[in-house]
Amino acid sequence: MRSFKCDACGYENKEGTTICKKCGKPHDQAENSQLLNMRYDGTSIRSKTRNRSIIDKIWNFFSSVKVGVTLIAIALVASAIGTIYPQEMYIPQTVSPEAHYREQYGLMGQIYYQFGFHQLYGSWWYMVLIALIGMSIFIVSIDRGVPLYKALKYQNPKRHPNFLKRQKLFASYADYTKEDKKQLLSNLRKYRYKIIEKDGHFLAEKGRFSRWGPYVNHCGLIIFLIGTLLRFVPFMYIDDFVWVREGETKVIPSTEQTYYIENEEFIFETYGDDEEDQKFAEILAQQNAPIAKHFETSATIYRDISDDITGSEPELEEVKSGNIIVNQPLKINRLALYQDSYQLNEFQSMSFKLHESGDDAEESIVQFTVDLTNPSREYTFDNGFRIKLDQYYPDYELDDGEPRSKTNYPRNPGFVFFVYPPETEQPEISFLAIGHNIDPTQENDYKLGLTGFDVRDVSGLKIRKDLTLPILGVGAFIFMIGLIQGMYWQHRRIWLHPTDNKLWMAGHTNKNWFGLNKEIEKIIKHTNFTMPQDQEEKQHE
Amino acid sequence: MTSLTDWSSSFLYASFIIYLIATVLFAATIKDKKREKQFTKLHVLALSTTIIGFISQLGYFVTRWIASGHIPVSNMFEFVTFFGMMLVLAFIILYAIYRIELLGLFALPIALLVIAYASMYPSELSPLVPSLKSHWLYIHVTTVALGEAILAVSFVAGIIYLIRQVDQSKSSAKTRWLEFIMYSLFATLAFIVVTTLFSALDYSVTFEHQPNDEVINLEYHLPPIFGPAGGEQVTENRMGALFDTPTWMHGAEAPRKWNTLVWSLLVGLIFYWIVRLILRKRVAASIQPFVNKANPELLDEVCYRSVAIGFPVFSLGGLIFASIWAQEAWNRYWGWDPKEVWALITFFFYAIFLHLRLSRGWHGEKSAWLAVVGFAIIMFNLIVVNLVLAGLHSYA
Ligand code: HEM
Repeated sequence: MRSFKCDACGYENKEGTTICKKCGKPHDQAENSQLLNMRYDGTSIRSKTRNRSIIDKIWNFFSSVKVGVTLIAIALVASAIGTIYPQEMYIPQTVSPEAHYREQYGLMGQIYYQFGFHQLYGSWWYMVLIALIGMSIFIVSIDRGVPLYKALKYQNPKRHPNFLKRQKLFASYADYTKEDKKQLLSNLRKYRYKIIEKDGHFLAEKGRFSRWGPYVNHCGLIIFLIGTLLRFVPFMYIDDFVWVREGETKVIPSTEQTYYIENEEFIFETYGDDEEDQKFAEILAQQNAPIAKHFETSATIYRDISDDITGSEPELEEVKSGNIIVNQPLKINRLALYQDSYQLNEFQSMSFKLHESGDDAEESIVQFTVDLTNPSREYTFDNGFRIKLDQYYPDYELDDGEPRSKTNYPRNPGFVFFVYPPETEQPEISFLAIGHNIDPTQENDYKLGLTGFDVRDVSGLKIRKDLTLPILGVGAFIFMIGLIQGMYWQHRRIWLHPTDNKLWMAGHTNKNWFGLNKEIEKIIKHTNFTMPQDQEEKQHE
Repeated sequence: MTSLTDWSSSFLYASFIIYLIATVLFAATIKDKKREKQFTKLHVLALSTTIIGFISQLGYFVTRWIASGHIPVSNMFEFVTFFGMMLVLAFIILYAIYRIELLGLFALPIALLVIAYASMYPSELSPLVPSLKSHWLYIHVTTVALGEAILAVSFVAGIIYLIRQVDQSKSSAKTRWLEFIMYSLFATLAFIVVTTLFSALDYSVTFEHQPNDEVINLEYHLPPIFGPAGGEQVTENRMGALFDTPTWMHGAEAPRKWNTLVWSLLVGLIFYWIVRLILRKRVAASIQPFVNKANPELLDEVCYRSVAIGFPVFSLGGLIFASIWAQEAWNRYWGWDPKEVWALITFFFYAIFLHLRLSRGWHGEKSAWLAVVGFAIIMFNLIVVNLVLAGLHSYA
């Protein structure tokens, strides 16, 4: 690497240095009146000096702020495009996405779909974009961080006159006493400046740590981005779902059959039941349906402690019991159960009775109850009657005249019963569903009738494990620390430089010049020193 | 309870009037040309009036909180009002640091516009659905609003900077954009005036239309320039719609929203031209003499500092607290809901602002234009995303 000698002090500086590291003499040939560029105190930056190998070129690409800003701007525009129409996850599941976008949004929708904007944020190119930003942050932090560290670690209080004269704040004082100078230094200390001296030259400095703010926040961002990538590692992340009925005990999915959950009760409240809700009366009156106020599942979690033999009966031991409320998940062993959805009043059982077809009093001959989650196939009675459940449709509907079940949940049960009167082999057939009681042959001697039913609520629970959360949390925390550190503090420096018969003062801050000016106003109180000139303003005039 | 809600609206009304007075007082401090750079009694009066207005609005906030039993940031009216209040707070903070009266002369009218805009939305107390019942609602929404308000002060400083610095002697792209910003303010005012006027007249006309499979009755409170496409007028004795709403406006309520937008833009245009005819100059050019005394470097500094102060607050509230809450309520910290995406866009945008400024030397005018764009993004997220790109966060 080409280095060069400072013509003022003879120090051997690295290539690309613009301000001598030792004495501070600016190496550009600009006039003395021009303000000095104080970025990294003129220390050489890798990306500005090396551009030979392919690695240099890649390095320089990523450490360019122009490139970084462009990448962020592209991500910004892309993200905005993704909000023009709803993303795929927010459209109804019943139609194909292609048809949905075409029908709802016409040609524009079709184009949107064709370009893959309907799942933009999971697309490979969006992820590549974010990864490139991450890469850029990483490389730029090294590219600038190392020189900044070097510049701030080694600071010579004795600076070349050209360095001082070209600071934004500069003053030269002829009239001052020793007391003035003492007072000035004591004021600086009072405002918590750290002062170092060399041959009567002073450097007063405060808030240096704030210079690390951007690096700390970039570091937090990188940790955060790595955290989001880890989600793709299988054991780090579980996303599952289970419906549990009241009174039911079910295995919790994604736990390798070790954990079970029992839904003891599902509680559901709406607005308007309470005296207190009167204050919302106006809004409630405008709504067609009640507004949910609160819902929760009272649950018990069990662990299977039986020997691990497939097919053996589970042996359940209670682990925890509690309520799963929206915003208050129940946690077991890094797994969190969230109250997600519900199904109110699902049928649990239905009771029927048999009577003679012509009997207006409908006097019962036999009675029985069908458990809708686990129905018996046959019901026999002491008086010789036998009833077979030939077909059971939990969620009955007619599809082109054919009965079928829409789902496996007993939301609208339908039954085909075979009734065998005593000593007969030929059954009478009956079809029952809510609102239907059909005798296909019109010749039945006996008729079935619904006498009652039980309902219960079903709770929908999300099962989540996300081991990336702590990493994301740490990343976000570090990011905030860095942001606050860099934004709410500033790095201020004041140099005092005695010449033959004068005292020079120069000031620099990395931001908030207004604050520095105010502070200097206080620091020169009770002295004969006057406010330094803002040389930038002077140039404007 | 009713009395509490009454109190609450009286407080809000009072604060509106007090802010108006404070604006006039700040205007007076600028007229007061003799005593430059001094903190006179008039300044103290203007500032304390603002603070009294703020306290009165705080009174609105607290009484409404007690009345409804939850923090009043749960619908469009409440949130936008709160944003207006935070804008005043952000102004007070930055005024305390920089003592620029001009900031008050511009920030307070914008806060007034925001609060008046909020009151166009239904203001009944509304119940909270279970997913909103969380301490994070309080923490998240308040920090977001404060962060956005501080960022908005950079817009205020930026716009003053531009009015002062842009050369008004000839027409250019810059003067046209400045006029466009002025016009946007007029259009907001027009929205408020038109809505208030027709609601005072109790105007209403109903259409029946079929946006999807269902037939829906849609009630208009402004005369229908644009009616629903293929809609049938139900109310009699009212003027019918002049045009059909374009079909690319989707949703059951879209025709009404479109109609309101067109009304605001048209009447805004009329307001704007009346003012221009009276002034016989560009609006920004007429304001220019009033801001001449301002120090552009200081304005630039305020423009940057408010981003420097607001950016961390916004990041914390809009992204971090938001994610924590989303994780609790919906078991995913990020769901790419439009509102979330636009918070991310805001974040990206101000990150760009900071980098361009720090590393590429975008100071002064460029920086001021960026501050204007940033404010436009915030307003877009506040208004358009809520009303048009409906998602989980939609208040409407
Ligand atoms: C969205 C992602 C990013 C965020 C939130 C972010 C945030 C920040 C913040 C807050 C600062 C301090 C600014 C100031 O003090 O005014 C900063 C400085 C900086 N950022 Fe970023 N940044 C991001 C991405 C990038 C990228 C992609 C690059 C790559 C070129 C980059 C390069 C820099 C540089 C060079 C500095 C100045 C460091 C110094 O003064 O020592 N940043 N960043």
